[in-house]
Amino acid sequence: MTDDKDVLRDVWFGRIPTCFTLYQDEVTEREAEPYYLLLPRISYLTLVTDKVKKHFQKVMRQEEVSEIWFEYEGTPLKWHYPIGLLFDLHASNTALPWSITVHFKNFPEKDLLHCHSKDVIEAHFMACIKEADALKHKSQVINEMQKKDHKQLWMGLQNDKFEQFWAINRKLMEYPPEDSGFRYIPFRIYQATTERPFIQKLFRPIASGGELHTLGDLLKDVCPSAITPEASGARLQTTEPQHICAAEVSVKATRSTNFLSDAGSL
Amino acid sequence: MQGKRQARDMAMPSSLLWAVDIFGRVYTLSTVGQYWELCKDTQLEFKRVSAVKQCCWGIACDHQVYTYVFSGDVPIRYQEETYENQRWNPVGGFCEKLLPSDRWQWSDVSGLKHQQLDSFTLPSPHWEWESDWYVDENIGGEPTEKGGWTYAIDFPSTYTKDKKWNSCVRRRRWIRYRRYKSRDIWAKIVSRDDPDQLPDPFNDISVGGWEITDEPLGRLSVWAVSLQGRVWYRENVCHHNPEGSMWSLITTPGEVVQISCGPYDLLWATLWEGQAIVREGIDRNNPQGISWSTVESPSSENGIMHVSVGVDVVWCVTKDRKVWFRRGVNSHNPCGTSWIEMVGEMMMVTVGLNNQVWGISCDDRAIYFRQGVTPSELSGKTWKAIVSGRESDRSQTGSSTSLLSAGCFFTDDIQNQTNAIIQGDADTSSDTELPSVPVNLANTPPLGAAASSGGNSTGHQAAEVCTNLTVDPLDCHQGEATVASTSNEKADLEMQKSRNPNPSAELQWTNIDLKEAQKQPVLSISTFAETSSLSSLGMFSVGAEEQYGADEHPLWAWVSGGGCLVDLHSPLKWFTVPSGLSSSVQSLSLSITPAQTAAWRKQIFQQLSERTKRELENFRHYEQAIEQSVWVKTGTLQWWRNWKPHKWMDVRVTLEQFTGSDGMRDSILFIYYMYHEEKKYIHVFLNEVTIIVEVLNEAKHSFALYTPEKTKQRWPIRLAAATEQEMHDWLSLLNMSCCESRRIQGPPSHHAIWSVTCKGDIFVSEPSPELEAGPLLMPCDQMFWRQVGGHLRLIECNNRGIVWGIGYDHTAWVYTGGYGGGFIQGLASSADNIYMQSDVKCIYIYENQRWNPVTGYSSRGLPTDRYMWSDASGLQECTKINTKPPSPQWSWVSDWYIDFNTSGGTDREGWQYAADFPASYHGHKTMKDFVRRRRWARKCKIVTNGPWLEVPPVTLWDISIIPSSDADDEEAVALWAISDKGDVLCRLGVTQQNPAGTSWLHVGTDQPFISISIGAFYQVWAIARDGSAFYRGSVSPKKPAGDCWYHIPSPQKQKLKQVSVGRTSVFVLDKNGNLWYRQGITPSYPQGSTWDHVSNNIRKMSVGPLDQVWVIADKVQGSHSLSCGTVCHRTDVQPMEPKGLSWDYGIGGGWEHITVRGNTTEASRVAMHDTSEESLAVSKDLEDEESKGKTEHSKTPLMVSDSQELDRNTVNC
Repeated sequence: MTDDKDVLRDVWFGRIPTCFTLYQDEVTEREAEPYYLLLPRISYLTLVTDKVKKHFQKVMRQEEVSEIWFEYEGTPLKWHYPIGLLFDLHASNTALPWSITVHFKNFPEKDLLHCHSKDVIEAHFMACIKEADALKHKSQVINEMQKKDHKQLWMGLQNDKFEQFWAINRKLMEYPPEDSGFRYIPFRIYQATTERPFIQKLFRPIASGGELHTLGDLLKDVCPSAITPEASGARLQTTEPQHICAAEVSVKATRSTNFLSDAGSL
Repeated sequence: MQGKRQARDMAMPSSLLWAVDIFGRVYTLSTVGQYWELCKDTQLEFKRVSAVKQCCWGIACDHQVYTYVFSGDVPIRYQEETYENQRWNPVGGFCEKLLPSDRWQWSDVSGLKHQQLDSFTLPSPHWEWESDWYVDENIGGEPTEKGGWTYAIDFPSTYTKDKKWNSCVRRRRWIRYRRYKSRDIWAKIVSRDDPDQLPDPFNDISVGGWEITDEPLGRLSVWAVSLQGRVWYRENVCHHNPEGSMWSLITTPGEVVQISCGPYDLLWATLWEGQAIVREGIDRNNPQGISWSTVESPSSENGIMHVSVGVDVVWCVTKDRKVWFRRGVNSHNPCGTSWIEMVGEMMMVTVGLNNQVWGISCDDRAIYFRQGVTPSELSGKTWKAIVSGRESDRSQTGSSTSLLSAGCFFTDDIQNQTNAIIQGDADTSSDTELPSVPVNLANTPPLGAAASSGGNSTGHQAAEVCTNLTVDPLDCHQGEATVASTSNEKADLEMQKSRNPNPSAELQWTNIDLKEAQKQPVLSISTFAETSSLSSLGMFSVGAEEQYGADEHPLWAWVSGGGCLVDLHSPLKWFTVPSGLSSSVQSLSLSITPAQTAAWRKQIFQQLSERTKRELENFRHYEQAIEQSVWVKTGTLQWWRNWKPHKWMDVRVTLEQFTGSDGMRDSILFIYYMYHEEKKYIHVFLNEVTIIVEVLNEAKHSFALYTPEKTKQRWPIRLAAATEQEMHDWLSLLNMSCCESRRIQGPPSHHAIWSVTCKGDIFVSEPSPELEAGPLLMPCDQMFWRQVGGHLRLIECNNRGIVWGIGYDHTAWVYTGGYGGGFIQGLASSADNIYMQSDVKCIYIYENQRWNPVTGYSSRGLPTDRYMWSDASGLQECTKINTKPPSPQWSWVSDWYIDFNTSGGTDREGWQYAADFPASYHGHKTMKDFVRRRRWARKCKIVTNGPWLEVPPVTLWDISIIPSSDADDEEAVALWAISDKGDVLCRLGVTQQNPAGTSWLHVGTDQPFISISIGAFYQVWAIARDGSAFYRGSVSPKKPAGDCWYHIPSPQKQKLKQVSVGRTSVFVLDKNGNLWYRQGITPSYPQGSTWDHVSNNIRKMSVGPLDQVWVIADKVQGSHSLSCGTVCHRTDVQPMEPKGLSWDYGIGGGWEHITVRGNTTEASRVAMHDTSEESLAVSKDLEDEESKGKTEHSKTPLMVSDSQELDRNTVNC
């Protein structure tokens, strides 16, 4: 039998092969070689691109370097979206490796948030966790955790430590046996075609009639266009029909799939 | 999630709360249930019941006493015996003619009582004979000659099985079993007493006292009060005599109205005048007690009306319905000190197990449970109403279609049917129609919800309607008043339709229930009327004026919690009204089967794998974005230093983990210490660690870490943490690291070897093919053991993955297929299949005394003596106060009590006598005895979790599961067991899908058994309590219980204690630790011929399906120290050499049990290539056994040299 853990592991160890190239207009002292990396789907761009930054800075003059930002086919990439989400949203039809252009100048203030240090990413990450737990447990679980537990969650993500992360995250994904599920399912649906950044609604795991909701129900409810075959705009990986029936929302494994990677609900 | 919850319910042992409603119907409510269930036997109405775990006593409305003994797979049977005596004379040889001074020709064992075969009659109509009389051919574990005669010189003498020249008399024992048949029904207690002495009709009854002594088995104190106010005690009530023998009158200082008997020595009764009387002097030797003392009512105006007692609590209700709690009650002061008034007004209260309390409220006659009763707060916190409906009510929440078949029993009276239905509907919807009684049940579901989908229980519901109708005769005319209400019109319509019985609906209805429904009309109102007039206190007087019409919420008259175990860990579902909504949720979620869950989970996993493949396959050479650095955990622990003097010293500990590119990790543990001001360290590669085992120690939270080297030395690395939590963090992490470095994850395989330490910890090891055969045998000190949660005394498995265990409290557990549990949390533990598990064991201390001429025995010993309170060895001081439970995981669940079951026997006060201290003790004082001791016991309980589910209700002593061949999965697996009472049992319905099986089949024996084993070809061997061995004939899949026992003589008058049967080998273990092999077993002669000695110093053994022999041995010498309880493996066991040659030593000491019966992993043929002769022999099958038998016979002359090597082969001391 397939264990939840196998699913969690595969979600965690999801990687996107990426090729970073320096933007042509950047001034360099010598030619910048492209840089190849396997990016973890569940992490954030600015968290995992220290190597990229170092690589390109070597060929640039110090005074030419300001804050790094990334762009794919003209779209600036929001660092506060998980990498997997960015890829699925903008580049899922592209040939691999994913080709990302690296900029050091002309920071697009309109499109991107600044990310001066990892603390900013941590703050953003924790805010997402807290928001999700507010929906799931009225924040009870996250509030009962100690500071070091929060730190462990973050360090787990930062250092790609699956066990370390899940030792804590497990608590966030549980609910008392007398409840039949979370209060609300934390999710966000991102679409590339619309102006709206994302769709987010309160959604209970159990219908008023008592039956368990599926991911299909959720989509029907909040984003009906995503499940009609014509609608290609929604970049939800889980919209493949067979996947919907598989995704009984009440099950932890599936939820964590949504939670962490695909829909980018963080 | 729902499925999991269901399973958890199953796992939780349930017990019953008994109650009687105002109509005299008896209901039970399970601690895991949600509904009151009508007692199976509904022939009678009752006014009082008093329940304990195994039975319930009651007084029916005919004023007769009845007992209701639960049915079980194990019969209640009693062995009658008598002796046939004969004397030799020169003329006729042995004959019936005896000397005038001799005993009778038929007598009891002492010869003093004349008892012929036909003088034995069944004690009551509730018994039946199991078979005819037969001769017992067993004397003290030795089989006798055919005919069963035993010989002696003269009558009061010792008998032997051999006839000698001077054997002048002989006797033989005849036995016959009778069986109690009236189980699961109310069995009337037939009085055979002298009519003059017969008690007048009974008015109250109370059962308890089972904690006073466990001898004889299942002993109970049954107390009753007659209408005239006299108190009676039922003599000799015990397991094999559930009815008791006679009533004895107990004189009282006044007329008694009510009585209550606690589980232990507390007995209170109330007098007409309003005082309570308390029985004093109840103890093991005198369960009836000696005298009464009086306790005044808490208020002078209002006397005590009702009293109920527990282990050390007393609750009472005074005539003004006020509830009182008695302070300061205990064994030494059964009267207590003072009354405290409690909130609430009750008709009665009952104290159950764990001192939990229930009461029936005056207001609404609902049963309330006292919440928050704990050992530290015996009076509890609040009353909480039990709102569970009756099963009959539940049916009413179904759809109206469910009423379709209601007419099938009552086609003659449509009006009545209508009423019944209306009541049924109304009952779930509202209680407010009870005018005289304020109702405080709040959350009843709206009618709409009640009438929601009911689905498939149509027939069931319909019949319940009938039950309602017939048992509530008074409701019928009341119902007319409510007919008009609008909501009922629909029902009315439905009823019209329902006149045609619906056959399909009926089909779903079980037989028993049908019978019940039909039985009801026979008991008419007349019996009921009698009931109500009789009861002065317990029954609700149902006056004609009193209207409670459509109210169907049960009105209770009596409740008994004496068999109901509620503890902190059992969540009750009694307090929420099961609404239509929730039931539909339940049914829906149940419809998602685990198989479906597994299917789509697999699908998700496959899609993820595909994605990974798609995105990663060609790019694996890319650099990882996040470097997998060395990860380090550091901490401060204590280390048992390895130079003398050994002691704990503070050390810094670092665990460094290196992650390979494949995501797998290796780890090194560093221990930094100071040695003569010099910094030093030792390090351990975790991939070399073979086991990490927690060492329960009240002083330290410590654990031991073994490598093969450390195992050889018998000197592990011992580390201790400051707190239990810290230790468990380390244990969990180290365990996970070890498993990771060995690439072991998930549940153990079917071939796994399981073992249990003397602390009850469970370990499992994956056998490598080289463990049993091959050119390079793997030494067993290299086996890697990982822990599995739970607490067990023994564990048995087979090669189909069926694993059973037995706890210290004899509870049977079945393995769920999970892993982890206990301290192994998080990812190293499976999310499913982990359940709560508890176990209870006794801690013993000894009270030692020395005799001196002045004061006799006293606690003043000689200066050289042991402590006056000590452990068994006398070396450790153990007082009642300083003795703690084995670890913080354990908590006390009883007080200290004297243990009378010490080997050697005790006197009436539990003392054992001896000449001096380190000596053998006996149970009576002689002239030569100068010291005495007695054992005190105290029960403690552990609550943990693990992949185990309880298999109630029979408690077990031993188990054996057949190592099956390549049978298909559906085939039943033979599983034999010995109950803790010594009954031999055979489990039916055990399959790989349902490893717990379905029921027990009892296999009759003439005496209690202690050990059982079933070999690969259905050879069943067993050991009786007297140390003799038995072979069970003709066991086969078609005949799972076989046909009869063959007595096998024991080796050299040794008392045997364990047997294990492998593929063809049979080994037994005697009580002196000798291991014996059964020689000469062939398929045509499976009993074999002789016993061959193999080794001594063996504690436990397990023979596997490859005929491999593993044992737990004592006194194993390591290079640093000696160990007891060590896993050892017999090497060079081969078809030609089934006894093997020598021992290989594995993990230990402190091991208690091992089972290798799952391991059929043979070395691969390739590995055995060069030893072709052996591989040929191994691959031979059953048909070759015949020849094998021959070769063994032909080898017999070699025995001499074998026995010469005996010493070399034994486990060294």
